[in-house]
Amino acid sequence: MTTTPTPSLVEYEDAVARFDPVLGIEVHVELGTATKMFDGAPVTFGAEPNTQVTPVSLGLPGALPSLNRAAVESAIRIGLALNCEIAASCRFARKNYFYPDIPKNFQTSQYDEPIAHDGWIDVELEDGTVVRVEIERAHMEEDAGKNTHVGGHDGRLQGAEYSLVDYNRAGIPLVEIVTRPILGTGERAPEVAAAYVRTLRDIFRTLGVSEARMERGNVRADVNVSLRPSPESPLGTRTETKNVNSFRSVDRAVRFEISRQAAVLDAGLSVIQETRHFHETDGTTSPGRVKSDAEDYRYFPEPDLVPIEPDRAWVEELRSGLPELPAARRRRLHTEWGFADAEMRDVVNAGALDLIEASVAAGTTPAAARKWWMGELARIASSSETALEDLPITPAQVAQLQQLVDAGRINDKLARQVLAGVLAGEGSPEDVVAARGLEVVSDDGQLLEAIDAALAAQPDIAEKIRGGNLGPIGAVIGAVMKATRGQADAGRVRELVLERVQA
Amino acid sequence: MSATELTSALTRRTAADLAALLRAGDVSAVEVATAHLDRIEAVEPAVHAFLHVDREDTLAQARAVDAERAAGEELHELAGVPVAVKDVVVTRGTPTTAGSRILEGWVPPYDATLVTRLRAAGMPMLGKTNMDEFAMGSSTEHSGYGPTHNPWDLDRIPGGSGGGSAAALAAFEAPLAIGTDTGGSIRQPASVTGTVGVKPTYGSVSRYGLVALASSLDQAGPCARTVLDAALLHEVIGGHDPLDATSLTGPAAGYADAARQGASGDLRGVRVGVVRELGGSGHEAGFQREVSAAFRRTVELLEGAGAEVVEVSCPSFTAALAAYYLILPAEASSNLAKFDGMRFGLRVEPAEEPVTAERVMAATRGAGFGSEVKRRIILGTYALSAGYYDAYYGSAQKVRTLIQRDFAAAFDAVDVLVSPTAPTTAFKLGEKLDDPLAMYLNDVATIPANLAGVPGISVPNGLDDAGLPIGLQILAPARADARLYRVGAAVEHLVTADRPGSAPIIDSIPAIPTEVAP
Repeated sequence: MTTTPTPSLVEYEDAVARFDPVLGIEVHVELGTATKMFDGAPVTFGAEPNTQVTPVSLGLPGALPSLNRAAVESAIRIGLALNCEIAASCRFARKNYFYPDIPKNFQTSQYDEPIAHDGWIDVELEDGTVVRVEIERAHMEEDAGKNTHVGGHDGRLQGAEYSLVDYNRAGIPLVEIVTRPILGTGERAPEVAAAYVRTLRDIFRTLGVSEARMERGNVRADVNVSLRPSPESPLGTRTETKNVNSFRSVDRAVRFEISRQAAVLDAGLSVIQETRHFHETDGTTSPGRVKSDAEDYRYFPEPDLVPIEPDRAWVEELRSGLPELPAARRRRLHTEWGFADAEMRDVVNAGALDLIEASVAAGTTPAAARKWWMGELARIASSSETALEDLPITPAQVAQLQQLVDAGRINDKLARQVLAGVLAGEGSPEDVVAARGLEVVSDDGQLLEAIDAALAAQPDIAEKIRGGNLGPIGAVIGAVMKATRGQADAGRVRELVLERVQA
Repeated sequence: MSATELTSALTRRTAADLAALLRAGDVSAVEVATAHLDRIEAVEPAVHAFLHVDREDTLAQARAVDAERAAGEELHELAGVPVAVKDVVVTRGTPTTAGSRILEGWVPPYDATLVTRLRAAGMPMLGKTNMDEFAMGSSTEHSGYGPTHNPWDLDRIPGGSGGGSAAALAAFEAPLAIGTDTGGSIRQPASVTGTVGVKPTYGSVSRYGLVALASSLDQAGPCARTVLDAALLHEVIGGHDPLDATSLTGPAAGYADAARQGASGDLRGVRVGVVRELGGSGHEAGFQREVSAAFRRTVELLEGAGAEVVEVSCPSFTAALAAYYLILPAEASSNLAKFDGMRFGLRVEPAEEPVTAERVMAATRGAGFGSEVKRRIILGTYALSAGYYDAYYGSAQKVRTLIQRDFAAAFDAVDVLVSPTAPTTAFKLGEKLDDPLAMYLNDVATIPANLAGVPGISVPNGLDDAGLPIGLQILAPARADARLYRVGAAVEHLVTADRPGSAPIIDSIPAIPTEVAP
C-alpha cells in the first residue's frame, strides 16, 4: 500500500483563503418500509442477528428478487421533493464485488438508469443565507449486512480474530441521492455540507419515508471534497469520506479534508483519489482499504427484474399528495407568525419551530409561544444540556400555562414556578397550580386585610399617597405580595390600595 | 404377475396411463412409487441418472396421496404419479447440489415454486437427477459426481445438462421429470435419449428456486416419454408466480388438450417453416447424415398430414452461438458469485496463513468448482469488464435483438418452425470432453429459442444407423406453447406410424444390465 506522508495541516482559514473547495455529497437513506427492497423479510431495528431474513435476503441459491412497490413509491416521492424528473423507464443493475456482508456478492442497485434525476434543493444556513444544491440523481438500491469484527481493537477489521455478519440489514431499501459538484461555497463549505444533509433529513421526515435517525445509521453521508486554486481553475482531485453519520461530523470531515488537502498541495504533492474514513474521536480522516479491483464492478442490467415504468398518473398523484416541505412551511409560518427575520432564524436554529407551531395549535399566540420556548425553556434546556424537544413538557402544556397567565389566574412570577413543577413531573400546569396552591389571590377581602396591615405598619405612607405622592405605593404592594407569598395580582392590589387611602 | 413383471408393467406406462390407473383405483401411489424405486435400484449402477434418492421419503409422499384418495378427497389428475427432479431445483429438506461439489451437503430450507406445485398436485418426488455442474454442458460429464450413461448405449452420453432427467425417463426409472433449459439442456438430452423435452416460453414456469445459471435464458420445463405427458406436467408446474418478477401472467392451460388434438396426426391449416440456417437447404454441414435424412423425411410426413411447409430464413441465427457464449457466462459469473463458502455449502480454508475472508472465498471456489464452470466464470468476468462491456456483452445483446426480429418475421409467415434438435446422435463419453467448442456446437439449433424467449420441444424422430435416437425440434412464438404440443403430438403420431410395426421409438431401447436378475 502506498501512503503519502501527510504534511502538517494548513490552518482552515488560511486554506480557504488560498483554495476554492468543491463539494459533492452522496446521502443514503434507509426507507422505513414494512418489508425489504426485494423480499418479504421485515425491516426492523435491533432484532436478534439473522432473524429478519428470507432465502432472498440471505442470497440462497435459487432465490429471486421481487420489487417492493412501497419502496419505489418512497423513492419517487423523494425525487419529487427534490424537484427531480421521474424516469419514464428505469432498471436495476448488478454491482459485482466480493464481500461477506453482501449475500449474493453483488448489490442490486440502479446504475445508469436512476428513478429520479436532475433536481435541486435550497439549503438554508444558520444566518439565513440560501444555497441552491443541484441534484444529479436519486436511485434505489439494497443495503448490505453488517459486519462485526471481533478480537481486534476499535472493532476494526485490521487485527480482528474473526468477523460476524448480521444479514438483518441486508436488503433494506435505500435511496441514494447524489449532488452535482457544489461550487462557490468558499469558507462556508463545511456549513453548507452539514446544512444540506440536515435539509435532506428534514425532508425525509416530512415525507415520512424514513425515521431518518442519524444515530441509527438511517441516514449516512459520503462527502467528496476537492480543492482548486481558484473558481476559474479546473476541478481538483477529490477524496470521498465514507459513512459520516452526524451533521457535526459532516462539518468536521469537510473542514479536516480542506486543511489536509491544502497541506498536500502546498507540499507540491498530488491529492490521491481515494475513499477515506472519518474518525469521530479526533475529527480526522484516514485512507480506506485499497482494493485492487475496486474500480471494476462489472455492472450489467439485473436480469431477474423487469424495467420499472412508473405510471404517469401515479407519479402525478404522488406529486399532488406531497406534504408541505420544510422550507415552504418555514416561509408560511414566518408570515403567519409575523416574527422578525432574526427571531424566525433563532427559532429555526433552536429547533423550536415544531414546538411553537404545536403550542399555537393548542391555543396560544405565536409571540407567547416564542417567549416561553425561546426564553425560560431555552435557558433550562441549555443549562441542562438537553434538546428543547426533549424537555419533559408538551406544547399543549406551554399553551395551558400561557392561558393561565392570560386569565389572570397566575402572574409571570407564579408561571415560572408552575413551569418548574411541570418539568419536575408534577403534571399539567393546572395540576401544579392546584397542588402547590399557586393561584393568584383574587379574594379582595384577603387582600384588604393585608393592605390594612401594611398601611398600619407604615402610617406615613398612607398620608403621602393621600397627598398625591404615589411613589411609596410600591412599598405597600411589595408588602402585600410578600404577605401573600407572591400570589396576589399586583394590579388589583394597587387599585385596592388607592381605594383604601381615598376612603 | 411377479414383482419384477409388475415393476416392468408399471414403469413402462405413460404418466397419463398411470394417472388413469390411480384414479380408477387399479393401483396405489405406493405401488407406482415402489415399482419405480425398484427400477431405480436395479439400473442405477449402470445408468447413474440420480444424485439423490430417498426411498422412505418418496413412499411417505405416496402413502399420503393414497390416504387422501381413500378419504375421498378431490385430487389432482396426476396425484400419485411420481416425478424425478433435476438437482438444479431447490427442494426443502432434500439435498440440492446443482451437480457441483461446492454445494455438497447443502439441504435447502425452502422449496422452489415448481416443487411446491408438484407437492400440491400430490406427485411424489423420486429423487434428484444428475446434471452438468450448474447446468454447464451438453453431456452430463461435467457433473461433480460422475457422468450419467445413456440407456440406449451405456458408453454414450445422455446429453446435457439435464442428462439425468432424460436418462431416468429412457431407463424407465421415472415416468416424468423436471428439467431446465438455458441453451438446450432439456431438448438436447431428450433428442439423444429418444424422449420428449419442452422448454416453455420464458416466464411460463417460475424460476423461483432454480439455482440460476443465466437468469435471462433459464427456463424450467417438463420431460417425459410422450408429448401428452409433457403437456400434463407443464400444466402442473406452469403459471404465474409473484416470487419471480419475470413470470408471465395467466394460467398454464390447454396444453394437454392441444396434445390430444395433435395426436390425430391431422395438420391441415398448419403452416410449418423449415429454418434454412438450422439444417435447411445448403446448411446441412455439421449435421449427421442420418439426422438430416430423418429430418427431411419427417418434413415430408408433415406435408402429407396437410401442413403447409415453407422454408424460412433466420440469418442472425448463425451468430446465436457466439452471442450465447457471451451472455451466458456474463450472467453466470455474477449468479455464481454467491458460492463463496461464507453461508452454505463447501468451505475451504487456505493452506497457509492468513485466513482472511477473501482467501477463504478463493480457496473454496478454487476447490469447489469444476473446470467448465471456472472457464465460463472467467469468460463472463472478462466480458463484463470495464472497457469490454460494449464490445462483448453489449454486442451480444444486439444479436439477441436481431434473433428476436428474425423469429418475429418468421412467425408472421408460419405457425411453427422445425429443425433437427441436435446435430448428431449421442456421442461417446469422453469424446468431446477436451474440446469445449465441439461440445458447445451441440446446442447450435436450440440456443436461438433461449435468446428470444420462445418455446421449443424436442420429439423423437427415428433412429440412426447405430440404433441411436434422433430428435426433431419444433419452435413456436412466445406464449404459443400449445402449438408445440399440438404439432409435437402430430409428429409423434406420424413418426411412429412411419416405423416398421408402428412401434414407439422408445420400445427399441435395448435392455439395461441390472444388478437384480430379471
